[in-house]
Amino acid sequence: MESRFLVLLLAATLSLSLSGCGRRSIVQAENDQPVPVIEPEVERRVIDPAEIDTEDFEVGLFAGQMSVEDFGVNTVSGLRFAYHITEGFFVELAGGQTTTELTSFERLSGAAQLLTDPQRDYSYYNLSMGYNLFPGESFIGRNRALNTAFYIIAGVGKTTFAGDDRFTVNFGAGMRFLPLDWLAVHVDVRDHILDVDLLGQEKTVNNLEAHVGLTFFF
Amino acid sequence: MLVITSIARAQDEYVRVVIDDPFIELHSGPGRGYPVFYIGERGEEVEVLKRRTEWFQIRVERDVEGWVHLEQLQRTFDLEGEAFDIPGLALGDYRDRRWEVGTLYGDFGGANVISAYGAFALTENLSLELGLAQVLGRFSDSQMYSINVMHLMFPEKRWSPFFTLGTGSINTKPKATLVDTLDRRDSFALAGFGVRTYLTRRFVFRTEYKTYVTFTSRDDNEEIREWKAGFSFFF
Repeated sequence: MESRFLVLLLAATLSLSLSGCGRRSIVQAENDQPVPVIEPEVERRVIDPAEIDTEDFEVGLFAGQMSVEDFGVNTVSGLRFAYHITEGFFVELAGGQTTTELTSFERLSGAAQLLTDPQRDYSYYNLSMGYNLFPGESFIGRNRALNTAFYIIAGVGKTTFAGDDRFTVNFGAGMRFLPLDWLAVHVDVRDHILDVDLLGQEKTVNNLEAHVGLTFFF
Repeated sequence: MLVITSIARAQDEYVRVVIDDPFIELHSGPGRGYPVFYIGERGEEVEVLKRRTEWFQIRVERDVEGWVHLEQLQRTFDLEGEAFDIPGLALGDYRDRRWEVGTLYGDFGGANVISAYGAFALTENLSLELGLAQVLGRFSDSQMYSINVMHLMFPEKRWSPFFTLGTGSINTKPKATLVDTLDRRDSFALAGFGVRTYLTRRFVFRTEYKTYVTFTSRDDNEEIREWKAGFSFFF
């Protein structure tokens, strides 16, 4: 029984190796064919436009001052991410946060505190659409020009303050300076409009923000 | 010699094209407002360094770098004499899209809603969408997660109506100024319809109406109507 298996195994190995030899001889035959006398020197280059590096995204940081109605003017900082759709339009996702100070009422009354410390943190995110209204060059001195763009921007988002989330509309304008093709400095002014009912009665507040940002195109 | 070859290799990494227009205008920046400061001539070989929106930064033979608009770059040839074709600009690319992301804004049963979604095209007609929404109301805020199937009726047309069906979960948090309320998590089913239209480049406008049936822990189900409009990008 065992020897029969051995014979089968040997037969299989032999047939496999033989067929392998056969293939090798075919390859040999192909190689024997005459080589073209003139080898084309230039390789055919296929252009793939997708190889071109696109830099439509912009990411960066910003810091500035934000006035929160009744709660003072405070340092705000945040992140900004933008996608440039056309040379004119772009969408921006931005988020910022600041810690508000005591209201005048709280200061004067001494003890009465309207908010707990974590409630005093003000944070927001928004999704906005911008348009480069005045693209152009700005001159520094006589010989050096910077690419700039004045843009207008508006959008919607969420503000978290005093333990509540509030729907927020923002609009504003900014200036983008490009010292390098991939580096931009922003100066931006925004108005964040939201309804709050902190003091019992609902009212609309305008929180103004001015900041400077640095972004990278990639 | 070695230095020269390595430079040549570095330059080879860029796409090279030959100008076919009588001339091309090099702008100082990627936009209409940036002045023309150099002209490239017909027959000149240029390297395409990078792209920003509809503008391409190129380097001409005298090592001058500037930005040209895509319309001019389309009138160039590759080194084999074939017309240089740039994708991502036509309705055809919209048909061939695979992935899509978008944001919408609208009204969810009287409250403001901001949403974002990502979609994957299973076939020309069918897409699978994953959505995330933030509802900001007067008395409560909610977060919604949804998964739905979107059926585009005429995928080959610029304008097309669509239908959608899906399910998800909504997490409702009452405002802090209201007392004695609890956070709720409910699941829902949704059905809706809308219209999509291809605008330009990778840009799609979309408007939709959806009905949500929320399976609350109370006896009766809640029905919420939503309409939204927004933009999406495909790639």
